[in-house]
Amino acid sequence: MNRFEYLEVTTLEMAGKLAAEKGAAVRAGGVDVQDLLKEHLIEPASVVSIRNVPNLQEIKAGENISIGPRVTLAQLAADRAVASKARAIAISAGEAASPQIRNQATCAGNLLQRPRCWYFRNEELLCARKGGPECLAHDGENQYHAIFGNKNCAIVHPSNLAPALIAFDATVKTVKVGGARREISVAALFVTPETDIHKEHVLEPGEMMESIEVPAAALAGGAKSAFAVVREKQTYDWPLLCAAVKLTMDGKNIKDARIVLGAVCPVPLRRENAEKLLIGKSLDESAARVAATAAFDGATPLAQNGYKVPMGIAMLMRAILEAGGLS
Amino acid sequence: MTKKNYDREETLKLGFAGNVVEKKVKLADDQAKPWDLDTKFQYAGKHIPRFDGLAKASGRAKYSYDMNFPGMLHARIVRANIPNGKITDIDVSGAEAIPGVKATMLLKKVGDRVRFDGEGVAAVCATNLEIAEDAMRAVVVTYEKMAHAVIVDDASKDGAPIVDKGDTNKSPESVNINPREVSEDEINKRFAAADAKVEATYRTQVQTHSALETHGGVAKWDKDSSGNPTLTVWASTQGSFSVLDGLCGNLKLDRSQVEVICEYMGGGFGAKFGADQPTLVAANLAKKAGAPVKCMLNRKEEHLAGGNRPDSIHHVRAGATDGKIVVFDVTNYGTGGYTGGAGARNIMIYDMGASRKVEYAVKTNCGPATAMRAPGHPQGSFVLEQVVDELAEKLNMDPIEFRLKNDRYPMRKAQYEKAMELIDWSRRNKKGGEGALAGTGPKKRGLGVGASTWGQNGNRDGTAMAVIINADGGVEVRNGCQDIGTGTRTIIGICAAEALGCPLENMKVRLGHTRDPYGPASGGSVTAPTVTAAAKDAGHAAKLAFLDKISKKLSVDAAKLDISLGKVFVKDDPAKSWNWHDACKLLGVETVEVTKERSDNFRANFSGQVGGVQIAEVEVDTETGVVRVIKVVAVHDAGLVIDRLTFESQILGGVIQGMSFALFENRVMDRKSGKMLNNNLESYKIPGSLDMPEIVTVAFDISNGHNSAGVAGLGEPTVIPTAGAIANAIANATGVRVRSLPMTPDKVLAALAAKGGSR
Repeated sequence: MNRFEYLEVTTLEMAGKLAAEKGAAVRAGGVDVQDLLKEHLIEPASVVSIRNVPNLQEIKAGENISIGPRVTLAQLAADRAVASKARAIAISAGEAASPQIRNQATCAGNLLQRPRCWYFRNEELLCARKGGPECLAHDGENQYHAIFGNKNCAIVHPSNLAPALIAFDATVKTVKVGGARREISVAALFVTPETDIHKEHVLEPGEMMESIEVPAAALAGGAKSAFAVVREKQTYDWPLLCAAVKLTMDGKNIKDARIVLGAVCPVPLRRENAEKLLIGKSLDESAARVAATAAFDGATPLAQNGYKVPMGIAMLMRAILEAGGLS
Repeated sequence: MTKKNYDREETLKLGFAGNVVEKKVKLADDQAKPWDLDTKFQYAGKHIPRFDGLAKASGRAKYSYDMNFPGMLHARIVRANIPNGKITDIDVSGAEAIPGVKATMLLKKVGDRVRFDGEGVAAVCATNLEIAEDAMRAVVVTYEKMAHAVIVDDASKDGAPIVDKGDTNKSPESVNINPREVSEDEINKRFAAADAKVEATYRTQVQTHSALETHGGVAKWDKDSSGNPTLTVWASTQGSFSVLDGLCGNLKLDRSQVEVICEYMGGGFGAKFGADQPTLVAANLAKKAGAPVKCMLNRKEEHLAGGNRPDSIHHVRAGATDGKIVVFDVTNYGTGGYTGGAGARNIMIYDMGASRKVEYAVKTNCGPATAMRAPGHPQGSFVLEQVVDELAEKLNMDPIEFRLKNDRYPMRKAQYEKAMELIDWSRRNKKGGEGALAGTGPKKRGLGVGASTWGQNGNRDGTAMAVIINADGGVEVRNGCQDIGTGTRTIIGICAAEALGCPLENMKVRLGHTRDPYGPASGGSVTAPTVTAAAKDAGHAAKLAFLDKISKKLSVDAAKLDISLGKVFVKDDPAKSWNWHDACKLLGVETVEVTKERSDNFRANFSGQVGGVQIAEVEVDTETGVVRVIKVVAVHDAGLVIDRLTFESQILGGVIQGMSFALFENRVMDRKSGKMLNNNLESYKIPGSLDMPEIVTVAFDISNGHNSAGVAGLGEPTVIPTAGAIANAIANATGVRVRSLPMTPDKVLAALAAKGGSR
C-alpha cells in the first residue's frame, strides 16, 4: 500500500469532510479498505477511521429496527431481536465470510464494499470498471460472474446483507457534507454499470451512512423470511448465488412476497415478476417452483456461468418454501 | 575405519496378524536386533504428544518467518508482469534513490527472456518491508512482449506461441508398453474383445502447494575467529542440506563457512528443496548490504512462482473380461509450466493385463511445476480408480470385489475388509443413484473407494545421529535434517529413547542445524524410515558407550548390564538396578557422545510397498450440485507405528489435502493476459472447518523388516486415493460420473443434466 496519513475523528461529518475535501478513504471495519490499499486499487493520501465516532455500533429493535453503520456482521447475526423479527437479515450476516471477518466487518462496509471480481481486484488488469475498454470477464474466466445485467460489466454485487435488507424495504439514512440529511431505500442505493460503470452506489463523496432502518411496516403482520446461499465451500467462501425471500402469509395463502437475488447481477436484484406469481396463491412446491423459475427468466449467462440458472431456481424454490414454513 | 563383520544372523518375525513370516537378516556385531513383531516396546506405538507441540501451539517455536535481527533488512523481488517476452531494460535507479533502500540486485539481465507472469527479474532490500515494497515498485523493467499461451490447449495447437525455446511446446512422447512384447495390434484386439469397456477423457487441474509458510529465508553474515566470512541462513525448507549445497555453490563458499538452520517450518509438500530464489536473494543482498536480510514470499508470489502440481488430460481405453482387467491404454499430457514435465502415474496397483501409456508434456507460460506430495499419483489415481469402478459397474461386480480380483497385494485385502467394516460398505447403492443410501430426495448419498501404494523408501544415505548423554540425566539427539511438520522430531526422540532405554521425558531432539550430522531431505516419504532407523541405531550405540563408561564405576562387566524403562540393571540379577539419574551421575564431569551412521536396509523385508485403502461417503445435492464429504475411512500401513498421534495426523492431512484437490483447489489462468486470477487464498480455495468430513484413521500395524526400525513413510500414500474415492462416491450417489477436477457444483450439475436432468 501507499503511504498515507491515518486520521481519527469523532463525528461522521468530520469524516465526510475529509473524504470529500482530501479524498480520504473512510475506514469502518477496514476489511475492504485494507484489501483495496494492499492491491493499490486506491492510493489515498489519508485514511480516516470512524471508530471513535460514538453510537454507531448499536442495534435498536422495537417496532422498527435501526442498525448502526458500524454494527459488525457478527453482532447483527447474533442479535435475537433481529433474528426473530427479520430472520433473513440475521442469517445473511451470519453466512458471510468467516468468523474473523464477521467480527471485524461492518454493515455499512458490507453494503458499500467494492466488487470482488478477480479482474477488478488485480491492479495489473485494466477492466471497464477501472477505465479500460472492456469487461475482461466477458471473454475470460466468468464462472463466478453475473447472469443478469452483465452487458457492460459482469461483476456481481458482493453483499449478502443487501438482498435481505431490500426484502424488508430497508433504507439508509445519510448525512452529507454540510449537514444535509437524506433517506434512501437500499433498493435504490446501488448503481448499475449502465448508469455509471465506475461506481456501485449513489452516495456522494463525503456522504456518510448514519443508520440502516428496517421500517415497522415491513416487520408487521408476522412476515416470515428466509435467506439461502449456495457456496462451493462451506467455510469462508463467496456465494455462487444467494437470495432473500420474505412472505406475508394468511394461513396458507401468500398475501405479500419479496424476492431479492444476490451474486447474480451487478446490483442486488429484486424479482417482482416472481413475487407477483406468489401473491394470492396458496404456497406449495409447485407455486414455489413456478415463481423460482420465473425469477431467473431473462438471464443472460456468460460462457461459464450458465449453471447459476438451474442452481438458482433450486435454491430459490427452497428459500420460498422455507420462508413459508414448508421445509 | 575397521571392517565390519556381518556374520551375525537374526530371525525376524514379520507381517501382520494372520499373515506372519519369518525372515533372516545379517547384522553387524554392534547392531541391535531390528524391531519386529516380537519386540516389546516401552514407548513406540503409543499416542505420544509431539515434543514440540506446546512450543508450536504457544508461538514459542520460531519459524524462518519469525527470525528478526537488529538492523535486519527486508527484501522484495521484482517480478515480470507479462507472461512472455524479452527484457529490453531494467532500471533500478528509482529504487535506489528511495531513502532506506540498502541494496538491489538483478536476477535477469537485459536481453533475457521472461517466461511467465511472476518470474523474478530483480530484487531490492530496505530497512522495512514497506520501503522495500515501494522500491520494488520503483524498479522499471521494459519488455519486448511476445505472444503467450497459458493453458495446454492454447500451447499445443499448431502455430502456438513458443513458450521458451525450440520450435514446439510439446515434449517428445514417451511410450511404455507392458509387458514389452505386446504389440499395438494386440492392445486394440484386447480392447475390442473385452466384456466391459470404458473409453473416456479425464482431467485434473493445476494445484499449488499453498503451504501456510511461504518460501524464503533469513541470511546473516558474520566472521569467524580468523576473520573469514561465515553465513547463517534460516530457511523454510524440506532439505536443509540441499539448501546448504545450493548456498555454497551460489556464493562460492566452503561448507565450513555456511550453516543452514530450520528448526521449524510451515509446510513444503515437495516445493521446498534446495536453495530457492528468495533464499539466494536474502544471502546475496545481505552480503551486498552488509546486514541481515529477510526474504519471504507473499501469498501471490507463492502461487505464481512457488511451484505447483501439473494438470493432466487423460484419454483412456480400458477393458475387462471375466472380472480381470485385460487392457489399459492411456494417453496423457499436461503442463508443468515453462519448464515442462507433467507426468501422471496410474498403473501401480492393479494387474492391468496389457497396458500402453503414451505421455508427453506441454510447456505453457506459467510458473514451474515442482514435486508435490506423491508427484503424478493423485492425478493418475483419480483416473485409474474411476476407470476400475466403471469396469466393475459394467461387469455388475462390487467395485471392491473387482479390485481384489486384480490386486495381488495381501495387505490391501485386509485393509479393504477393515475399511468396509468401518464405513458399513453394505449400505452402498447397488446401482448408482438408486438405493436406500441415495434416498429419494434431492440430496443423495453414496460410497466410493480408492487404493494407494508407495514404496518402502528411506536409506542409509550417510544419515547419522549424534547422541549426547549428560551426567544430569538429560539426553540429546542431534541431526541436521528438518521436521517439515510431520513429527520427525518426536519419532526420532521416541526411537532413540526406546533403543537407549532412558526415560522419554529426558529426551530432547535438536533438528535442522546443518553443523549436526547429515539427515535426509524430506521427499519421497523417506524421512521417517531413514531417521527412525538411524535413531534406533544411534540410541543403541549410545547405550553401549554409556554402559561401557559406567560399568567401570559400578565394577560390573558392561556386557552384563542393560537399560530398560529408565533403569540400568544387571541382566542376570534384575533386582540389582540403578535409576537413570543415579546412573548418569556416575559420569561425573564426563559426557557420553556417540555419532552413529544409520545401518543399511535389509533386502529380506515383508513387502516392498506400503498399502492403503480409503472409502468416502458423500452427499450430493443434485439440485445445486454441491458435494459434501460426510465421512472418510482411511486405512494405511507404514510399517511399525512409532507414534500413533503423528501417524494419524499424517493420514488426516493426506485425506484433507486429497479432498481439497478433489473438490476445491484450482489455479485459474486468464488466457488473454496470461495472469493467474486467483493468486490468493480467497478464490484459490482451501477447505475450512465446516467442509471437513468425519475422518476415521486406521493405522494398520505391520512389521516389515525393511530397516532396523521397521518403519516406512506415510506422507505421500495418504493423499493419493482420496480424489478417486470421492469421485466414485459421487457416481454411486448420483449415477453420473464427474471426470474433471475439481468436482465443483457446475460440473456436477452438467453431468446430471447430460444424463437427463436432476431428480
